[in-house]
Amino acid sequence: MNFDFVAAIVTIVGVTTPILLAATGELIVEKSGVLNLGVEGMMLLGAIAGFAATFIASDPQYSDSAPWLGALAPWLGVVVAACAGALGALLFGFMVLTLGANQVATGLALVIFGGGVSSLIGAGFIGMAVTPFDQIFPDNLAQDPVLKLVFGYSPLVYFAFIMVGVVYWFLNKTRAGLVLRAVGENDLSAHSIGYSVIGVRYGAIAFGGAMAGIAGSYFSEVITPLWAEQMTAGRGWIALALVVFSGWRAGRLLAGAYFFGLFMTLELYAKASGFSFLPSQFWAAMPYVMAIVVLAVMSARESGRAEAPACLGKNFTPDA
Amino acid sequence: MIIRFEKRREPSKVMQAATPIGAVVLTMIVGAIIFDLIGYDGPRAVKEIFFTPIFASYKWQDVARKAAPLILIALGLCLGNRAKVWNIGAEGQYLVGGMAGATVAYFTAGHGGVWVIALMIVAGLVAGALWAAIPAFLKTRLRVNEILSSLMLVYVAQQLLGYLVTGPLKDPNGQNFPQTAPFADGQRLPSTLWGTPIPPGLVAAFVLAFVFFIVMERSEFGLGVRAIGEAPKAARYGGYDANRLIWQTLMISGAMAGLAGLLEVDSQTFKLDLGFTTSLYGFTAIIVSFLGRLHPLGAVLAGLVLAISSVGGQVAQTAVHVPYATAGIFQATMLFFILASDVLVRKRIVIVSSEPARKALGGAA
Repeated sequence: MNFDFVAAIVTIVGVTTPILLAATGELIVEKSGVLNLGVEGMMLLGAIAGFAATFIASDPQYSDSAPWLGALAPWLGVVVAACAGALGALLFGFMVLTLGANQVATGLALVIFGGGVSSLIGAGFIGMAVTPFDQIFPDNLAQDPVLKLVFGYSPLVYFAFIMVGVVYWFLNKTRAGLVLRAVGENDLSAHSIGYSVIGVRYGAIAFGGAMAGIAGSYFSEVITPLWAEQMTAGRGWIALALVVFSGWRAGRLLAGAYFFGLFMTLELYAKASGFSFLPSQFWAAMPYVMAIVVLAVMSARESGRAEAPACLGKNFTPDA
Repeated sequence: MIIRFEKRREPSKVMQAATPIGAVVLTMIVGAIIFDLIGYDGPRAVKEIFFTPIFASYKWQDVARKAAPLILIALGLCLGNRAKVWNIGAEGQYLVGGMAGATVAYFTAGHGGVWVIALMIVAGLVAGALWAAIPAFLKTRLRVNEILSSLMLVYVAQQLLGYLVTGPLKDPNGQNFPQTAPFADGQRLPSTLWGTPIPPGLVAAFVLAFVFFIVMERSEFGLGVRAIGEAPKAARYGGYDANRLIWQTLMISGAMAGLAGLLEVDSQTFKLDLGFTTSLYGFTAIIVSFLGRLHPLGAVLAGLVLAISSVGGQVAQTAVHVPYATAGIFQATMLFFILASDVLVRKRIVIVSSEPARKALGGAA
């Protein structure tokens, strides 16, 4: 077998980007002390919203009146996907922050809800396709056999890297990031010195939803530029595991995402190459098994236990 | 006028019973309005989803068939959720239960009778319990979050099923379809009992609901489950072993899901194929447990409601041309409403007109 190293790297980057996007958003949510298990649902909402917006905006009927619309369509799709994810997240936020509902159960409800709503909307888009939202750099860079390692990706890939940096900077270098961490570590103290715990958490949840929505749009606009039910295939759960794996740190989140990406790529290669001394199902189960193993290793270390935000998953009840 | 929530001293028993009914009714009303707005016949969709399966007797068998696994799985989840042990992977335990039964059937091919069926049932129970023992071990020994580990194991179980029906258990005479050979007559449970539409799983569900009810209310174990869920620190102080309860609740809920999977395979499909993963009863049962207020008898009623809405979803699909996903949206909405209504159990709504409030303040000053 002729192994194409560059192609392998490009594949790894491709499968890693959506979980990195979603996990970066969830990192902020969890740092504020909220556990939103609904990532998978918000990703599905983003996937269908992004696809639908891209499809509608690239309809040729607008090409006379607004020729710029077609070119902007995929970008518009990403923005709409972010809004859809954030809307789903705000529904979750209203339930847990305003009404004090259980975070675990509400997150699960959001997964089921996102799956249902996306299928309902998506029923009208089955069998349709959009132009994939891939390379942004000109062909002589993006198609070059070596340079495409750096230049051959969808804008969302670069966006994911930038957002990891932004989130790192926000959490560690800004005052607002400090407040967010304080709210997640000790909500009562943050409240008593005058910060709005609920307000900060609403903001964090909306950001997490927007990132999950964008992650979803990566499935329906970049990987396979069409809509399929449940197309995110459990990657939202991998993103949740990734946040634990990272020890709630942005830098390790990036490394962890690529570690998972490597295993997901192994599955693709094992299937494609007839690399079949083990059944294909073994490779398909691999990312999930690895996620469990990695969670076990990370959670078992003494230090790992102290890393989770102290208020994670607990509702804020100042009157109690 | 100001509307305000005031904390109750004791959770309201009335609200605990009334809110699930309210959630179902609200779901119907909101669902009808929303589906009307997006261009379907909303009231008709609600009628087909929630009422047709009740009044059309030819749908009863379908409802009973779907209610059985939902109630069985939800009974186990009630126990775990009460103790705040979150088994999200019941779907995986359901799948391995069915797989274990089919494996026994494969190796006892040519045999039959009570002992083989008993062995299949035991295999289903044990497989489900063992699959749930993995998150229990990881949680108690390594402090791995059971939500994530149990959920990841669903995906592993789905792949395992794919492997079994395309590999070791594949029917050699099955024209290359990914499925096992049909079970022999002597290996099968009846699909309905006594000439009624009731499958054996539903009878098991009713009996076990009663057993779970007694255990929850009357046993030391049930007391421990409730204590650790409501006041973990006090319970630990009172001598309850949290780790032991994690093991017990996960293994029991795993066994229940495994039993549900086994009964589905051995009394309904009589073989194992890839279609086994499509029902996703293990996830729907989570809704059932919450809609039933984590109470075993509530789970029976909630299981029937969810089974009705699943069957009704198919009816509405042909009658009103809404996509099947509609039923899922209704189910998720129901869960949202029931979780939101928790606030009414814990708190009371106080409506104060602003006028006397100001007077009271003035009087105090």
